[in-house]
Amino acid sequence: MSDGGCASRSIAVTVNGSVCRAEAPVRLTLSDFLRQTLHLTGTHLGCEHGVCGACTVLVDGRAMRSCLMLAVQADGHQVTTIEGLAAPDGSLHPLQAAFCRHHGLQCGFCTPGLLTTLVEFLKDCPDPTAAEIREAISGNICRCTGYDSIVAATIEAARALRGDGTTP
Amino acid sequence: MKPPAFLYHDPRSIDEAVALLARLDNARLLAGGQSLMPMLNMRYVLPDHIIDLNRIEALAGVRQIGETLRIGAMTRQRDIAEHPLVRSRLPLMVEALGHVGHRQTRNRGTIGGSLCHLDPAAELVAVAANLDATIEIVGPKGARLLPMAEFALGFMTPAIAPDEMVAAVNLPLPAARHGYAFLEMARRHGDFAIVAVAVVLTLDPAGRIATCAITLGGAAAVPRRMAEAETMLRGAAPDALLFGRAAATARAVDALEDAQVPGWYRRQVAETLIERALATAHRRAVAANGMAS
Repeated sequence: MSDGGCASRSIAVTVNGSVCRAEAPVRLTLSDFLRQTLHLTGTHLGCEHGVCGACTVLVDGRAMRSCLMLAVQADGHQVTTIEGLAAPDGSLHPLQAAFCRHHGLQCGFCTPGLLTTLVEFLKDCPDPTAAEIREAISGNICRCTGYDSIVAATIEAARALRGDGTTP
Repeated sequence: MKPPAFLYHDPRSIDEAVALLARLDNARLLAGGQSLMPMLNMRYVLPDHIIDLNRIEALAGVRQIGETLRIGAMTRQRDIAEHPLVRSRLPLMVEALGHVGHRQTRNRGTIGGSLCHLDPAAELVAVAANLDATIEIVGPKGARLLPMAEFALGFMTPAIAPDEMVAAVNLPLPAARHGYAFLEMARRHGDFAIVAVAVVLTLDPAGRIATCAITLGGAAAVPRRMAEAETMLRGAAPDALLFGRAAATARAVDALEDAQVPGWYRRQVAETLIERALATAHRRAVAANGMAS
């Protein structure tokens, strides 16, 4: 534990339900661990200093910026990435389906971060207003959509997740 | 944009962390990492050792001790905002936390990290100053308590020695029936505040102001208590004219200047926000006391 410190460490992180064991240099960020060590390139890296939100993943169910965490800090924790949102049979998460229908993405760079952020948000706030959605995604920068279609998709996905059965 | 090389330590107890701090040269404590990690990624800091506090369970948690709320340094901002004691007794904190960064940063950011980073625009720093918080500091010689006014030494400079760390913050609770307001002006939600204002006030049975605390954040290098305005308000019968006069004391603040925001603009925003915050806090105090407004 509190020895001379280490430069590299063997870690075990549960990613999208599977335990992943790897040797991680201590300075490796969680985002680079996901992308380069585990080849899960769905998590995107925009600014690498915690501004753009593209690298957002769920750590123990909470949305966090993976560029602002070290991989060693995820040792023993559960991480969900964009790759873990769809069902094993490939059917899309209601948020992903609603993003498709409402053109909630254009270039798609910010989408993994928006979706992971919104998955957590809709668990906390199942029936949000448009203003609440805009605040929830204030930490995710999208330069294509102007956000209107993202908000519309989120409102529809919230309805689907609540089981209102009124989705088109 | 990758952190520089360092040696990593993740102690499990406060004692272990303090021992590491005493032994290691050029070590940095890693709390929630929402400021230090960007600084590492951009190589603004080049520590030889990182001491990660995230696995020290004793540093996290909220509890009430008498009329004080003790919040452990590693308590996440999100957990503070959702804590029932904070929600019922310290709504100012909840309102302030709504302005702190974004959902993703509040999920990981901690109160101790925010206080030690001591950004002039940090909401939690302004709240701690407004409540006359006491900071619990531990080091090789044991623990000591420091009032927030002495802790905030200068621009991003907390009064802690290199071998010390913050263990907790003690926040004196306002009277059960009080009014509060936290307002801030930023260019986008979650951006650094150009100016933030925290107000807590209580009323006497006649509806006059009994106690009042007003703090400006973002305006100066450290949180600025508006002592002159507080004195003006104490014992006075509240009305819009008085709030306007109290707010006008912001014109004398030696405000920060930067490339985007001149000092005169900060003073103007401060005056407006103080006036609004006083009106809101008063309205809430009237409602909390069941008085007719």
